[in-house]
Amino acid sequence: MTLELNDPKSLAEDSGSGSVFTAKDRLTAFFETWPPLVLFALFWIALCAVVVAFAPLIAPYDFMAMDLPSRLTPPVFFGGVWTHPLGTDELGRDVLSRLIISIRISVVIAFLSTLIAATLGVTLGFLAAYFRGRVEQLILILIDAQASMPFMIIALAVLAFLGNSLTLFVILMGFYGWERIARIARGLAISANEQGYATAVRDLGASPWRIYSRHILPNIASTLIVSMTLNFPEVILLESGLSFLGLGIQPPMTSLGNMVGYGRDYIQSAPWIMLAPSVAIVLTTLSISIVGDWMRDLFDPTLK
Amino acid sequence: MLRYTFLRIFRALITVTLIVSLAFVILRMSGDPAIIILGPEAPPEAYAAFRSNWGLDQPIWIQYLKFFGAVSQGDLGNSMRDGRSALQVVGERVPLTLAITIPALFLKILIGLPAGICAALYRNTYIDRLIMTVSVMGFTVPSFVLGLVLALIFAVKLGWLPSGGSGTWQHAILPILTMGLIGAAVIARFTRSAMLEVLGQPYIRAASAKGLVWRDVVTSHALPNAAIPTLTIVGFMVGSLVAGAVVVESVFSWPGVGRLLVTAVANRDLAVVQVILLFIGFTMVFANLTVDLLYGWVDPRLRTKQLQAGS
Amino acid sequence: MNAADKPLLSVTNLKRHYDVRLPGGLFGTPATLKAVDGISFEIMKGKTLGLVGESGCGKSTTAKLVLGHIPVTAGEIRFDGETVTANHNAQWRAMRRRMQMIYQDPLGALDRRLSVADQIGEPIQIHAPETPKAERDERVASLMANVGLRRDMADRFPHELSGGQRQRVVIARALSLKPDLLVGDEPVSALDVSIQAQVLNLLDDLRQSTGFTALFISHDLKVVRQMSDRVAVMYLGRIVESGAPEEVFRRPQHPYTQALVSAIPTIRRSAVSNRIVLKGDPPNPVNAPSGCPFHTRCPAAIAQCKSEVPALLETAGHKVACHLVNNAPAGAGIAAE
Repeated sequence: MTLELNDPKSLAEDSGSGSVFTAKDRLTAFFETWPPLVLFALFWIALCAVVVAFAPLIAPYDFMAMDLPSRLTPPVFFGGVWTHPLGTDELGRDVLSRLIISIRISVVIAFLSTLIAATLGVTLGFLAAYFRGRVEQLILILIDAQASMPFMIIALAVLAFLGNSLTLFVILMGFYGWERIARIARGLAISANEQGYATAVRDLGASPWRIYSRHILPNIASTLIVSMTLNFPEVILLESGLSFLGLGIQPPMTSLGNMVGYGRDYIQSAPWIMLAPSVAIVLTTLSISIVGDWMRDLFDPTLK
Repeated sequence: MLRYTFLRIFRALITVTLIVSLAFVILRMSGDPAIIILGPEAPPEAYAAFRSNWGLDQPIWIQYLKFFGAVSQGDLGNSMRDGRSALQVVGERVPLTLAITIPALFLKILIGLPAGICAALYRNTYIDRLIMTVSVMGFTVPSFVLGLVLALIFAVKLGWLPSGGSGTWQHAILPILTMGLIGAAVIARFTRSAMLEVLGQPYIRAASAKGLVWRDVVTSHALPNAAIPTLTIVGFMVGSLVAGAVVVESVFSWPGVGRLLVTAVANRDLAVVQVILLFIGFTMVFANLTVDLLYGWVDPRLRTKQLQAGS
Repeated sequence: MNAADKPLLSVTNLKRHYDVRLPGGLFGTPATLKAVDGISFEIMKGKTLGLVGESGCGKSTTAKLVLGHIPVTAGEIRFDGETVTANHNAQWRAMRRRMQMIYQDPLGALDRRLSVADQIGEPIQIHAPETPKAERDERVASLMANVGLRRDMADRFPHELSGGQRQRVVIARALSLKPDLLVGDEPVSALDVSIQAQVLNLLDDLRQSTGFTALFISHDLKVVRQMSDRVAVMYLGRIVESGAPEEVFRRPQHPYTQALVSAIPTIRRSAVSNRIVLKGDPPNPVNAPSGCPFHTRCPAAIAQCKSEVPALLETAGHKVACHLVNNAPAGAGIAAE
């Protein structure tokens, strides 16, 4: 230390790793830009992304493979064995493998649904902003109506009347949250129209399609992406809720809610079957909410 | 004020119309309504009577209007399972649902409101962080997970309470606790942000600058103003007294409307599903309307804003 | 009659009124704001008209009306024989190719997510999408050179440029399709004074080299004088005086123009003695005064001014709307000298 202080040249050269004070300051600065909770959330999201991309390669067993002799094996630190790190279920299926496939299915459904909701919401929001007048009133009434009904009830009614299939289920989930995105898109598009750039492009002779797709959309994309991010965990909760009730994803397919639903019958003898997917749901929704909030604060300094 | 009230009622009526229309559209998309409402094993003369009664041979828009007529008279078909009136089947379950949702609502407000106010007043201290961390869990933990974890602790491990079913008051505790805790987290978060926004307003600073005791500033200036946005979320919860218990009732096998809805969907007992859909729709719309009118009464700014926008 | 004598733009009895509500009563009291109240002018091909007046006199509204950005309440706008409407349909969009605008706030008029080259090339993409990219790039490069932007600025974004550079981008964009009519709404008033002169010189040079017809709007007499072949002075939605700049500024006839001209600081004149200071603010256009709109502030108003709207009458190419001038024997005027 003293040597370094006496020798300004070495201090300057070593500032990268030498001084304890600079190192500490850097650490503080690092954690101020990247709070530990956000880092953890990003880590979990990255892990989920890997799982989604390579699920069949990562899963140690086929998620449907039954192994009756080793049924209801507890997880590894609760008297289980390393061959089934998270234990097995009532049919001897590997819980870890099932969990990996479930995460993949739940995340993919939530992703597709959020994309549908965003497309629907942005389209209707832009239509309302462009036409104003009656079209806008009609869209606002639809938004109000959707917002005033619990989506779970509508979803259950539609599933009851139309039956269940994977395609229908994804489309149905895609109706979740469109009204919030539409409201935001409409508000942002109206304020963009009042700003000079959209008017200026219109005055250049650009078609409405061009104004909205090439100018307004890129300018408001960051806010839209944040609201999509906040929609994502809610879709996961909705999907897992419906699947838990046995009305969402149908066996032999599996999703996180589905696993909890089946594990519920073994809550007394094998609680891990239900706890493993529960933890996965909570971690995923929590991580995305944390990152979403963090992104919102990042994009909108006035909220701080 | 009259104009505001009128506008709100008009919008509520439109929403009701949309819900009935939704019921009509999905009913028609799903096949022959006679078979759907009466069930596949009804006698042929019942089908014929139903078809002429509902005018299924007439143009679609007349059918649409007649559907409204039938809905307004409560003529909504019979349950597929026991042939009783669907309205009656649903009606029986409503008190059971209210028996857990109303205590849960009180629990939500009793925990959520003080927690939110506390977090706002002690902003950025460990109290605030603790309350907010717990509250975030309320947003990200699904109710069925919380319910099962509570059941695991209090029923399986400790054996204090039954894990499901109904009959005694002990059966109601876990469902009420599950809904209460999650709702409290939502209310706490709402109350906190409403309070923080109010506390940042110039009139609060003016009130404390003119020498008012801080406690008086909070009770007489901040709380009444922060109550307005919180009222909306509580209103939504009142509206979903029937709708909000679907998952929790299923977790604890509580025989309320929610559980009925889930079994009806699983069995495709469409008359019952339709009654529940309309019933919940009407209660939600009515609750929202009440909140909107209260809102206008509490917050005079809203009325004038509406006026300016309307003129 | 050769091409230069034909008006490219002719505006007849143009009006733009807004329905507003004044405070008071249950829903407010309805009233009419007459932003532009019956103005007529013509701009010959290749010429420039300067429109001058205080803020709120209806200059910017006139610009938007002329280009069909907002609908007219009454009157007619003809551009090269075609009626200009504000129906934003395909025909309207196609007409943009021939008429362009330069805005007061260049940063607001540019999309902050597009690079300079993309902004300048956008009109070509819109109106001539079949143009190959290489050719478009070439045209953008030459436009940039014409307005004095360095080549390396092509990839920059609006917020990375100075105010003058941004306005050059707007000008280059407006000129990219070689429009016949260019409307400048306070094109330099948001810029520093030193930059103003550069941009004005640039516009002057470009006008000489490309020969566009222009409508220049400014509150600044110097700007209008430098740019224009004719000037029109606006007050509360009406033109009160118009003519050649030399005529109007050397020998102003209308008391309002006289007040404006006297406010220009000069070196020679002892400004204090000749300066005409107007009393009060311009009246609220919502309840504009009856008769001559200027009579409430006019130092020489007579009884007739309160009741009768003066007509814009011409004497040897110089038009004035003032009872005092128009009642007097021809040529006499109420000259300030």
